[in-house]
Amino acid sequence: MGLDIRLPIGLMFTLFGLLLVIYGAVGDKSIYQRSLGINVNLGWGAVLLVFGVVMLVLGRRGSATAEPADVSLEGQRMMKELAERDLHSQK
Amino acid sequence: MTLTAIDWIIMLVYFVFVLGIGFALRRYMKTSTDFFLSGRSIPAWITGLAFISANLGAQEVIGMGASGAKYGIATSHFYWVGAIPAMVFVGVFMMPFYYGSRARSVPEYLKLRFDEKTRGLNAISFAIMTVFSSGISMYAMGLLLQTLLGWDFNFSVLVSAVIVLLYIFLGGLTSAIYNEVLQFFLIVLGFLPLVLLGLKDAGGWSGLQSRLSVVATQNGFGPGAWSESWRFMDNPSANPMGVEWFGMVMGLGFVLSFGYWCTDFLVVQRAMAADSMSAARRTPLIAAVPKMFFPALVILPGMIAIALTYQSGGSGFALPKKPDGAFNYDMAIPMMLGHYFPSGILGIGLTALMASFMSGMAGNVTAFNTVWTYDIYQSYIRRGASDQHYLWMGRMSTVFGIAISVAAAYVATRFNNIMDMLQLVFAFVNAPLFATFLLGMFWKRATGHGAFLGLLSGTIAAAIHHGLTLPLHATPGVKGGWFGAEHIYPSEMAQNFWTAIFAWSTCFVVTILVSLITKPREDKELAGLVYSLTERPKEEHLPWFKRPQILGAIVLLMTLMLNIIFW
Repeated sequence: MGLDIRLPIGLMFTLFGLLLVIYGAVGDKSIYQRSLGINVNLGWGAVLLVFGVVMLVLGRRGSATAEPADVSLEGQRMMKELAERDLHSQK
Repeated sequence: MTLTAIDWIIMLVYFVFVLGIGFALRRYMKTSTDFFLSGRSIPAWITGLAFISANLGAQEVIGMGASGAKYGIATSHFYWVGAIPAMVFVGVFMMPFYYGSRARSVPEYLKLRFDEKTRGLNAISFAIMTVFSSGISMYAMGLLLQTLLGWDFNFSVLVSAVIVLLYIFLGGLTSAIYNEVLQFFLIVLGFLPLVLLGLKDAGGWSGLQSRLSVVATQNGFGPGAWSESWRFMDNPSANPMGVEWFGMVMGLGFVLSFGYWCTDFLVVQRAMAADSMSAARRTPLIAAVPKMFFPALVILPGMIAIALTYQSGGSGFALPKKPDGAFNYDMAIPMMLGHYFPSGILGIGLTALMASFMSGMAGNVTAFNTVWTYDIYQSYIRRGASDQHYLWMGRMSTVFGIAISVAAAYVATRFNNIMDMLQLVFAFVNAPLFATFLLGMFWKRATGHGAFLGLLSGTIAAAIHHGLTLPLHATPGVKGGWFGAEHIYPSEMAQNFWTAIFAWSTCFVVTILVSLITKPREDKELAGLVYSLTERPKEEHLPWFKRPQILGAIVLLMTLMLNIIFW
């Protein structure tokens, strides 16, 4: 249906990843006492960034090649039957 | 717990994306089928992830964490005995009827298979249950954010209600499903670092096991009672759940889980939006794969929390207590978020928590507006109107469904017992359902009168059983025993499981007996609705990894291995 969901997911996680990585790199380091001395923002931010970029790449490639789902034969047939049944019940 | 600018920015970004998806989908909502069924156009991996996410509401995240702390790894039975086998069953055996019968909802299937009154009973009880559950979940969220962050209850409830309202109003089921996929990833990626940090603090899996043996022995159980899922199930007094294996497998595994995953429109609706029969059947099977690892995400943190409370780790985490001195188990996951997450990732963790609340609520709301519009409004109030009218009604019912939920959330703040009572009644209504569907789909002789009376008597049987029994140390009231406590169960869970078993068996027997003395429908009317009269879906042309039977077998094998590893 028009929008490939991987694109917004990819974009959002790329943004989250960038935010955390930058914050982890330049922000106050004393806050990491909580997380057992690990700079989780830098580390996990990188994970989110990689995930986001992978989703973006998959989404871009997918929307270029994949057949839109509503073109699938079975889906179309079913929608037609639903429409006919509704028409029938309205008579 | 205090939030800094970066946490707020993360939360804001999330809200922008959630609403943006709604706006982007608005122009595709042209007919009522677009709005309620996503035009049956969504690929299996998306419906599959939405299938888990819709169920992953507040109760699941908070409740499973709490149970992990209270009962240990045995809580995983809700997944490895309960959810997964039921999800395989619905995908392999039941989906052909839901998707292939052209029904637009679960109650509509009941009408096609049985009769109008069975549909009416199911549609009305389901509609009431969904709005109230979404209200209860909103209440839980408001309360949690109040305790955790000091946010105003009204603020949390209204903001979340308005956001969910907007994105469903604009983009219908598609918007809910797309957001559920986004929320799925957010929940997984937001909670995973929490589990890793907690596990590190507890000294890894072996450190956690030795700490949990302290928890177990101090509570008077064998040392493995919190870290071995099956070894203590032979006797209810040997495990903290107070349940023996038979009641657990039959009550939780067979009756309650199959009843929920196979008949609840909230989850089935996701599969019905898939773009083909094989995609619809694969939906629950794809969902089952991440689902079987969810105990690591939602139960394990609870186990870590209780382990560190009994034997402190390096960072000094401990579960808070309630005023009466009992542990506040519900705070296990939220308190861990505040304890281990510094600003930045804290924003991600809190956003993930809110995402889980919203996905659960949206699941309820989309199921409600569909059942209301198709099964109640179109069937009993206004027949034969134009499709545009029903599309409009779908949007309106989204608005008033959410309004009722908000009202229910406020009722819950004043009368907590009413909500407990309601949930109890829901349990009575749900328990017999699976017997009706099982007989309806696999026994062509089952009749509408049989189904209707079976459902009613099953619900009544549940109420009677509950009224005659009590869990240990409980006083008569919501917990049961109104007619005098004839039997005392070792725990509330055992009582619930056995109530379900009684309700199911009563419904099963009554449906068969009444069906045998009433007139069955002609075979040709039941084609596509009953197993023996329906052509098997053809799957020879599909590659092996897309065939439901093969996928189902793989999923079951993996689940069996998890059971054995954590025996």
